[in-house]
Amino acid sequence: MAVGKETTDIAGVERKTSPFNRMWEGMSIVFASKTATIGLIIVLFWLFVAVFAPFLTPYTPLEQDWKAPNQGPSSAHILGTDELGRDLWSRLIYGARLVLVVLPLSEGFWLPGGTALWGVLVGLLVGTTLGLISGYYGGWIDEIVMRLLDSMMAIPVILLYLLIMAALGASALNVVIAITIVGTPGIARLVRSLTLDIRTREYIRAAETRGESPWYIMFVEILPNARGPIIVDSMLRVGYAIFAMGTLGFLGLGLPPPSPDWGSMVAKGREFILAGSPWAALWPSIAIASLVVGLNLLADGLREESLRYQ
Amino acid sequence: MNRAESVQTIPVLEVENLSISYETRKGDVEAVRHVSFEVKEGETVGLVGESGCGKSTIAFGIVNFLGPNGKIVDGSVRFQGNELVGRSEEELKKLRGDRIAMVFQDPMQALNPSVRLGEQLAEVLTCHRHISKDEAWERSIEMLKRVNMPDPENVMIRYTHQISGGQQQRVVIAMAMLNNPSLLIMDEPTTALDVTVEAAVLDLIEELKKEFQAANIFITHNLGVVARVSDQLCVMYAGQLVEKGPVREVFRNPRHPYTMGLLACVPRLGESKSESLLHPIRGRVPPPAERPRDECIFAPRCEYSTDTCRERCPGLTEISEYHLARCIYAREIEHRPRTRRRRPVDKEAMGTAEAAEEPLLRFDELKVYYTQESNTVASLLGLGDKKFVRAVDDVSVRMAKGRTLGIVGESGCGKSTLVKGIIGLEPITDGQLQFLGLDIKEPVSARDGKLIQEMQMVFQNPDSTLNPSYTVGKQIARPIKRFKTVPKNQIKNEVLRLLDAVRLAPIYYDRLPRQLSGGEKQRIGIARALASRPDLIICDEPVSALDVSVQAAVINLLLEIQQVFGSSMIFIAHDLSVVRFFSDDIAVMYLGQIVEIGPAEAIYSPPYHPYTEALLAAVPIPDPDAEQKEIRLVGNVPSALSPPSGCRFHTRCPRRHEMLPDGGKICERDLPPWRQSKDHQILCHIPLEDLEKVDPVVHEEIA
Repeated sequence: MAVGKETTDIAGVERKTSPFNRMWEGMSIVFASKTATIGLIIVLFWLFVAVFAPFLTPYTPLEQDWKAPNQGPSSAHILGTDELGRDLWSRLIYGARLVLVVLPLSEGFWLPGGTALWGVLVGLLVGTTLGLISGYYGGWIDEIVMRLLDSMMAIPVILLYLLIMAALGASALNVVIAITIVGTPGIARLVRSLTLDIRTREYIRAAETRGESPWYIMFVEILPNARGPIIVDSMLRVGYAIFAMGTLGFLGLGLPPPSPDWGSMVAKGREFILAGSPWAALWPSIAIASLVVGLNLLADGLREESLRYQ
Repeated sequence: MNRAESVQTIPVLEVENLSISYETRKGDVEAVRHVSFEVKEGETVGLVGESGCGKSTIAFGIVNFLGPNGKIVDGSVRFQGNELVGRSEEELKKLRGDRIAMVFQDPMQALNPSVRLGEQLAEVLTCHRHISKDEAWERSIEMLKRVNMPDPENVMIRYTHQISGGQQQRVVIAMAMLNNPSLLIMDEPTTALDVTVEAAVLDLIEELKKEFQAANIFITHNLGVVARVSDQLCVMYAGQLVEKGPVREVFRNPRHPYTMGLLACVPRLGESKSESLLHPIRGRVPPPAERPRDECIFAPRCEYSTDTCRERCPGLTEISEYHLARCIYAREIEHRPRTRRRRPVDKEAMGTAEAAEEPLLRFDELKVYYTQESNTVASLLGLGDKKFVRAVDDVSVRMAKGRTLGIVGESGCGKSTLVKGIIGLEPITDGQLQFLGLDIKEPVSARDGKLIQEMQMVFQNPDSTLNPSYTVGKQIARPIKRFKTVPKNQIKNEVLRLLDAVRLAPIYYDRLPRQLSGGEKQRIGIARALASRPDLIICDEPVSALDVSVQAAVINLLLEIQQVFGSSMIFIAHDLSVVRFFSDDIAVMYLGQIVEIGPAEAIYSPPYHPYTEALLAAVPIPDPDAEQKEIRLVGNVPSALSPPSGCRFHTRCPRRHEMLPDGGKICERDLPPWRQSKDHQILCHIPLEDLEKVDPVVHEEIA
């Protein structure tokens, strides 16, 4: 038989595919885009200050200094103080900690991972599962799941947040639940549309002719090939979640005081803007805006670059 | 227009020393390198070569349609004596669609789906000729008649989706011919069409060439098609012209090893695995960035290459006045020894397997219907009549162990649905289906693991057959793990053994699918199907998406595997030469039914079913001297929603009027009987004695 063995010099350049190289490949996509790089720098800055908050300030976020309320930036308090004389820099970076690094469940008990991240993660789990089931099975199951999710999407987002928080009460865990409920329909829709496309591929036929279970096909064969758009989408969603936390905090439905929640800091500081000390409201506003913008830039750049990459 | 005088002296198109580059992120890559050829009036020049050889780039380069990142870096293109390179976009726009017309592969993309066909046709005239709309309309109808479009007035007011693929391509050709162009560039115009439709479109192209005397450039990868329509042949390889000459001379006396290789790697119609072999070309076309400038580009794949080949890039050697080949050994290549031997072939082992007593697979009166949802309110409420698409209707086959069953037929004949039914991906509506003596009517999810293991599938599209997220090794290992064919600690060895069986080095174990070429992906797909050690492998068009040189290697591999593993195969393809080559038995399907079934050699010689005869007459044969009967089917394949009464083929049958009394009324009325010839069966009303009198379709001169 005249079948020659394909040798590497004809088949192309040899490339190693260790996990490290794959990660490096992923990073090179980020650095190929200016937008994504800027976004990543902003996000990394907030992550850094959130993780190392206890080492970056001499004050705790709750420490009150009665003699120095509503002060501007000074050498003692680099960003100034709020109406109770608490250090704004400390409150700001401990606030970032709540968003990105710790999820306080009760007094003295917290989970690593941050309120916004947990909200998106749980939403991702639920939404992805529903989307995969809908898209892969189709038919009646798809109809029922999607109509249920549609009815949730019909309620304005902010109203839905208020309803859930009013019903459940203000706590970090309930914020996570609210973010999950609000985010799930969108994630499910995205995953469903990706599944509808991927399930027509022949490797899915191959898995079916192998007699694989539907769960294996959904999570092992389909899901990894949908990861690109899902990753980009979840970055945007973390941005929305931070926004939602800010909104809820501002309305007094977020994390209960005296936690250094960015939203409630703006709400409190707002009263003193006209009194000549805008700092307490300004810094958390900038924090929310920059983090959300950073995540959006990162997601946009990544999406553009990965489209070009194909 | 003073064409009559000018063309005697100047060719319609002269391409000289043309080089085209594309800008990429890695820098400029040269897609076409120093290509020269000319096209005279009333002449067709065929450009052939595998994908990635720069054929289409030349076509786009002629009208400077290269997109934002392509540019002509050197050479000249003269159209009727006038230089086109460096002309402004405005001037070129006037030429395109007027003096120079193009026809592309996919008519669905060439026609606007939201504008009536008549308006699209008339626009070509009103835009370039400035004539009134009514006159343009009349002339469009006239042109549709010239391209043998049935009912042209009606077609004018229709939309693209309302006519068939073959008719769409006729409309595109009519559109191209409307302004009576001097040059017609056709880029794979028949590749997307069925073989019977392709034959009719090629006839049309030939007819129009005689009538309009336009100069044609015909781009294709199919040697059979190019042999049928071209006068001159240009063989492209990796952006270079490697051989050029009159089509007969090149086919009879190829002088470049690449041309020789291309001709040796496609099976001729009628050849079978027991008597001949395919000779694939090793390796693949190098990507543009990796093409050497100072040595022969083909040398790494060439069977005749010596060290001299790597010293400089060979120029075109003149063999006769019009026949040129880019090889330093062009004049003597027939007598040169092969510097690289092919692996010796064990011809003894290639014989067909003996039929066993017990059939491996049998199905009787198998039916696979789809329900068609209609959009009326009544049917939404479940009240309307349910309509069925009879994709497979009353099909009975017995398949012996160790043999290969080929299934052929035009698209939509139900061959894919049939195998999906067998493998359990499509629910079976009715009938018996037995495999290894067991009833297997239930879908794959309800089948026993042991049964699933014995039946595996190889798919058509190399780009979607492998999961892009996992390495080759993992994908082959999965069925091994699932069916526990070897102990856990042996899995990696088993995968490597399978890789070796499909002729891939162990280095492929850690590769991801995107790092592989189409042929390599297809080999992995075959290895994955083999991993469970199945008794039956179903191949659904396993080679139709591959280049011809790779196709030969994959076919040889499948044959070899059948020898080594003793598997039975069902082989689906639309290429009749390939199916004949590969199969022991063949079933011809038309509109959900088998119309002829029997041993391969019996199918390809008389007596024929009239449909088989028409299919064979339509196959493009890569030999300009081959004589082939001209039988063309009229009309489209009828809808499987309401198949014709009586014999399903009666609406298009070219034989019934001449061979049956009463103009074949019986075909419209009664179901045809099975006619048992000495070795095969035909489903037809025409008596066997009459069918036997028919001449063979192909007379080939055996040189």
